[in-house]
Amino acid sequence: MTIDESPRSRPPRSTARDIERYASLFAERTKVMKSSAMRDLMALIERDDVISLAGGLPDTSTFPPDSYAALMSTVAADYCSRALQYGPTEGFAPLKRCIVKVMAAEGTTIAPDDLLVTTGGQQVIDLVCKTLLDPGDVVIAEAPTYPGAVPTFCAYQADVVQVAMDRDGMRMDELEATLAGLERDGRRPKFIYTVPNFHNPAGVTMSLERRHELVRIAHERELLVLEDNPYGLLRYEGTPLPTLRSIDRGEYVIYASTFSKILSPGVRLGWAAAPRPVLQKMNIGKQSSDLCSSSITQFFVTAYFEAGPWEDYVRSLIEIYRRRRDVMLDALAEHFPREAEWTHPEGGLFIWATLPDYIDTTDLLARALRENVAFVPGRAAFVDGRGGSSMRLNFSGVGEDEIREGIRRIGEVVREQVGMYGTLTGARAVSTASAAPGTDRPAAAGGPRSGAAPAEPAQPEADPALAKILRLPANRKAG
Amino acid sequence: MSRVAVLKGGRSLERQVSLKSGARVQDALERLGHEVIPIDVGADLVAQLMADRPDIALVALHGRDGEDGTVQELLEAMGIPYTGSRVSACIRASDKVLAKHAMRDRGVPTPDFFAFSETAFKDLGAAQALPAIEERLQFPIVVKPAAQGSALGIKFARTAHDVPAALVAAFSYDRKVLLERHVVGRDLAVSIIDEDGGRRPLPIVEAVPKEEDFYDFEARYEIGRTSFVCPAEIDAEIAERASALALEVYDLLGCAGFARVDLMLKNETHELFVLEANVIPGLTETSLLPQAADAAGIGFDELVGRILASAGSPAAARA
Repeated sequence: MTIDESPRSRPPRSTARDIERYASLFAERTKVMKSSAMRDLMALIERDDVISLAGGLPDTSTFPPDSYAALMSTVAADYCSRALQYGPTEGFAPLKRCIVKVMAAEGTTIAPDDLLVTTGGQQVIDLVCKTLLDPGDVVIAEAPTYPGAVPTFCAYQADVVQVAMDRDGMRMDELEATLAGLERDGRRPKFIYTVPNFHNPAGVTMSLERRHELVRIAHERELLVLEDNPYGLLRYEGTPLPTLRSIDRGEYVIYASTFSKILSPGVRLGWAAAPRPVLQKMNIGKQSSDLCSSSITQFFVTAYFEAGPWEDYVRSLIEIYRRRRDVMLDALAEHFPREAEWTHPEGGLFIWATLPDYIDTTDLLARALRENVAFVPGRAAFVDGRGGSSMRLNFSGVGEDEIREGIRRIGEVVREQVGMYGTLTGARAVSTASAAPGTDRPAAAGGPRSGAAPAEPAQPEADPALAKILRLPANRKAG
Repeated sequence: MSRVAVLKGGRSLERQVSLKSGARVQDALERLGHEVIPIDVGADLVAQLMADRPDIALVALHGRDGEDGTVQELLEAMGIPYTGSRVSACIRASDKVLAKHAMRDRGVPTPDFFAFSETAFKDLGAAQALPAIEERLQFPIVVKPAAQGSALGIKFARTAHDVPAALVAAFSYDRKVLLERHVVGRDLAVSIIDEDGGRRPLPIVEAVPKEEDFYDFEARYEIGRTSFVCPAEIDAEIAERASALALEVYDLLGCAGFARVDLMLKNETHELFVLEANVIPGLTETSLLPQAADAAGIGFDELVGRILASAGSPAAARA
């Protein structure tokens, strides 16, 4: 592959002497806006020959080109001058009515005036931080947390405290303990960030009981909760649960969602529903960021909702993604060694797999890229260096055959490393997961955890504790 | 003026760095009036070189293929003159194990080490030798892949417990790994360029990480994460010794055109140890060779001009 970097269009480069001059101009917060080796590794993922299970991409190839053309024609015919013009910061009213419908589909009632249309769900995170955070303020997030939120928190110089999860989502006892610890230190978090449905990256869903508990804690302590719900409508099994926003009725929950996963990330449209005073501040924050989100895509989405039942496309996505999830779970059971563990998501886009702690998934990615396959190393989901032996696997972005082959290749390099570690420590050789074909139950927990002691082959467990799968410490020191 | 193919990018883990180096070099070449043919090295490399027939190839390709003699061998085969070291020097320098053996045999101080391939552990029971190795090298031990550039895959093993995982990590990058005694001290780099038929060591750069306790991959390429002091604030006598050592290694490995030799200045004893030589050192904004050249009054464009002028003809054409 040859890429012309178009040197003629680039401005002259700096001399070496300039480096320190620039460095002295950078804002303090850029020191925590870290690039990473991981980012450089990720640059290789873009190669055509790499099967990438790393992205968070919905499969937009499922959207009919004819429909796209027709919708764009409608935008041109019906909204041309408005679509080409600036719009109101809070978003166009017709689009807000579409959002009301989407939220109603999850059982959440909302008034259009409580909504702010944003440039993707990501902008909600940014605006909430911009509105609420001073440097050093505490944000509570799950452990692991959405990797894309980490740089945003860091850019606002937040002190992120991560709270353990298990199969029912964020642990409320851990949250209470963390809040109590912070209180002892005279600190009060500005908000609690959570992805309650089909967590990115952990793949777990917060239970109904915990949802009520979280809202109760927020009310008692007068804390804001940022509920990030991009995948709520993509449920493949189980009973839908009420949003935190619907339980809270708009007092302490800021709700964020997006059209990215139910229609297209290319339209770059998301929204926030928040208590009015917060929403007003976020509106002002948005004005300074981008004045308004794209008018063209706001009318495109409006035309899409007016053209027919939008739920049909979501249903078709659910069918496709459910099959892909099942294919990935089956492939994991077949190809990953028994020392590996993984979550079983009821919806969404991601599975979180954890390997023995002697395997560093950032290094493993380098090895996997030699086999032309990629994933997201777990460290991206932590602010404190944890997650080193975990990985996020996406099952929505590529087809079933590629998922099978990708997991087979990752499984092979994992087994190679487990085998090498066994050789180095005198442990017994790796064996394949014992889960029966077709089941999606993670195989054994445990495996060699100590470099010094030879490890016994782990026995299958019917129901491994998710806290362990998520590689979480028993107690997280607050602060 | 020449038609210069700039070889960059590629498939190695240092692709991003190489693209940055290449882009900078292209700008400089254009300012110097050359016709630039940028090539992101891939499966069509040979086809592209055959089609474009450049007068000369400037190799700005880091890591695998660029530093290990692979593209140099291809350029030899195609009869295209190219910048930097010849094939054999690339092979010797890019394999840290070969380079360190050559240094040790010559009496050049390099941190004590052992190196093993995967097969030594898999088939020959090398793991049983680890306690003896650990006793000789003393903790912390640096574990690194033999061929990886930058700092990817480098781990510190602080106890015996850390060693197996560090080896597994290093084997992610290469089939051969190195266990090396850790030298606690200052991180120095001596860049060398060919000049008037000889070689000239440039002012020494000291890299001082601002945050991490290790000069890591991230800090190495990002503005503001590492302080660079050039010339390094060290005694003239030490600087002289470091430059002499670097020149010795440059010659020992057979480097040509330009290279960078990395050393450690041990705290307290002020002993110098050579870690490695890089035959395609970085040419990005934060890279050490351009900084050293700058300190010597050689601007980036002039540096690129000199590198180009030092390009050698393929061995076949010279024979």
